[in-house]
Amino acid sequence: MAVKKWFAIRKTLQPQARMAVSVTSFLLPLLIWSLVSYVPFLWHPKVEVVTPGDVSYFTEGMLVDRPLFEKEKQTVIEAGGVTPRGVRANPIYLPAPHEVVTAFYTAFTTEPKRRSEKWLHESLWESVQVIFWGFLLSSLIGVPLGILAGTYDFFSRLFEPFIEFFRYLPAPAFGALAVAILGIHHAPKIAIIFIGTFFQQVLVIANTTRQLDPALLEAAQTLGAKNRALLFRVVVPGILPELYRDMRILLGWAWTYLIVAELIGSSSGITWFITQQARYKNFENVFAAIVMIGIIGLATDMIMAWCGRRLFPWQQQAGGAGK
Amino acid sequence: MTSKPKLPDYLLMQSSTVKDRFERLKQRPVTLEVNNLVKVFDTPQGDVTALQAINFTVHRREFVCVVGASGCGKSTLVRILAGLETPSAGTIRLNGAAVEGPGPDRGMVFQGYTLFPWLTVKQNVMFGLRCTGHSRYTAEQDALQWIDLVGLNRFADSYPHQLSGGMKQRVAIARALANQPKVLLMDEPFGALDAQTRARMQAYLLEIWQNIDITVVFITHDLDEAVYLADRILVLKANPGEVQEMIEVPVPHPRTPAQFLSAEFLATKRRLEELIHPPVTVTEDADRLNMVRMVAVDDAVGSVF
Repeated sequence: MAVKKWFAIRKTLQPQARMAVSVTSFLLPLLIWSLVSYVPFLWHPKVEVVTPGDVSYFTEGMLVDRPLFEKEKQTVIEAGGVTPRGVRANPIYLPAPHEVVTAFYTAFTTEPKRRSEKWLHESLWESVQVIFWGFLLSSLIGVPLGILAGTYDFFSRLFEPFIEFFRYLPAPAFGALAVAILGIHHAPKIAIIFIGTFFQQVLVIANTTRQLDPALLEAAQTLGAKNRALLFRVVVPGILPELYRDMRILLGWAWTYLIVAELIGSSSGITWFITQQARYKNFENVFAAIVMIGIIGLATDMIMAWCGRRLFPWQQQAGGAGK
Repeated sequence: MTSKPKLPDYLLMQSSTVKDRFERLKQRPVTLEVNNLVKVFDTPQGDVTALQAINFTVHRREFVCVVGASGCGKSTLVRILAGLETPSAGTIRLNGAAVEGPGPDRGMVFQGYTLFPWLTVKQNVMFGLRCTGHSRYTAEQDALQWIDLVGLNRFADSYPHQLSGGMKQRVAIARALANQPKVLLMDEPFGALDAQTRARMQAYLLEIWQNIDITVVFITHDLDEAVYLADRILVLKANPGEVQEMIEVPVPHPRTPAQFLSAEFLATKRRLEELIHPPVTVTEDADRLNMVRMVAVDDAVGSVF
C-alpha cells in the first residue's frame, strides 16, 4: 500500500513527499560522490605516498598507481631497504565533496597569481555579461521575427527555410570568423551566444505563436478587431505566458554555449578560470566553478518562474477550473 | 411528400394571436437576407458541397433557430454569416448592404467560450468597444453596464478561468452585445453546458432578446431548445445542405418552461423529428450491433425486465 502511494500513475504526491523526493534528487548524486570519495575500498585506484622509504623517485604526497606502488614496495622489501608507506587515494581529478565546498569559499578569496589576472567574481561577472548581451540581442530580433513568422504565412515562408538550414550549422564553427570580424574581446563571444540562440529562438517562438487557439482570433474578428489589433491585442498577449516559458528554456541553451564562446579569441570569464585552475591541477576549484554555473542557471530560472507566476495571474490552474 | 396539400399539424395549431404576430413580424424591415448561398469545400477527396442554394430572410428583432442533422452545414452557414468563411457563391445582405468579412455589426457567440484568458471579465467586454474606437472611459462605463445586465457585476475583475461555464457564456454574450450589433449569431452556445445551466441560460437569452434591439440567429441540435427559443426554425437537410423547411413556431409568446408540454410545442417538435430523422426505409444492417446474450440463463438476474 505504501509503495502504491509513491508510485501512483499521473497522481501528484503529497506536498511533503514531493519535497522529500526533490531533495533526494540532489542528495542521490551527492551520496554517490561521497561514497566514492570517503570509502577507500570502493574505488581509490591510486596511492598517495606518505613516506617515500627507499624508492628513489617517490616523493611525499605523490600519487602513484596502486599496482606500481605494490611492485616498488615488494622490490624494496626484497632488497631489505626502508619500505615506503602510503594511503589509498582517488585520482587528482576527483576531489572529495568537502574540498569542493571549501573551494567555493577559497576560490573567491584567493588572489590571482598574476597582476593581470582576474578574481573569480570578476570572471563570473564577465560570463554573466556575455550571456546577457548575447541573449538580449538575440531576443530583440528573434522574438519579433518569431511572432511574425507564426502569425503570417508570408513571413513564415520568408524566414523559416533559411533559418531551418542555418540552425544546423554549429555556432562554434563561426568562432574564427567572429574573431576576424569582431576582434578578440567580448564581441565575438556575444556573437557566438547570439548565433547559438537566435535561430532556435525564431523557430521555437514561431511554433508557439502557431499554437494560439484560432477561435480567439475569430472571436476578436467578430468583435471588430483588424490586422494590427489582432496582432497586438490578441496574438501577442495570447502567447505571452508560453513565450515567457520558451525564453526560460532558451536562456538555458544560451548558457550551454557559454564555455565554447569564452574559449574564442582570448579565453575569458568563468572558462578562463576553469582552464587556468585545471592547469594548476586545482580540480576542486574546477568543480566549484562548474557547480557555480549550475547554481547561477538554476537560480535565474527559478527567479524567472517565480516572476512568471506573478506576471500572468490568469495562467494559474487555467484549463483546470470548470468547463 | 406524398400528401402535398395536407398542411403539417403544427400550422393548423397556430392560434389567431400567433398568426397575427407572424403577419406583423413579416411586415418588419428585413435585417438579414441570404440569397442563393453556396459553399463548396475543396478537400483532398474532391469538392464537397456543404451548402446548396440557401435562401432565407430574417426580420428585425426576430429569433431564428437553425437545426439539422449533424453535418448539414449549419455551423458553416453561421460562420459565413459572421464572415469567418467566404461563400463560394451567393450574397448576404445586412440591412440591404452586402457584407464581406467579419465585422462588429454581427456579434458572435461560440460554443467554446473563446473569452480572452488574459483579460478580466470587464476587459473582455471592453475589447470590442476599444476595437471600434471608443475611449477607455466610455468603453469601461458601457462594459460595466452590460456586465450588470447579465448579472455578473461581482465578477467584473475576475479572470475567465475563475468562472463557471454558464458564467463564461454570459460574459461572451455581453461581450458580443456590447458592440451593439444588428445580428447576434450563436453557434450552439449552450451545447457544452449541463442541462440545468442550459435551461437557465435559455431563459436569460429570451429575456435579453425581448429587451434589446437584436436579431438572433441561433444554431442548435437540441430540438426542444429550438422550439422553446425560436420565432421561426430553419430546418437544413444534409448532403448537400439545403433549406428543407422554415417552420413558424405556433407556441405563443412570452415563452415559459411550462409550454414544453403544450400541444403546439409537441406538434412542432414532432414535425422537426420527422424532418431531421425521417423514418428509415431500408434496414441498414451495418448499423446494427452484433449482440448475443452473454448472461447465463440460470443467473439470479436473468433478465433486466
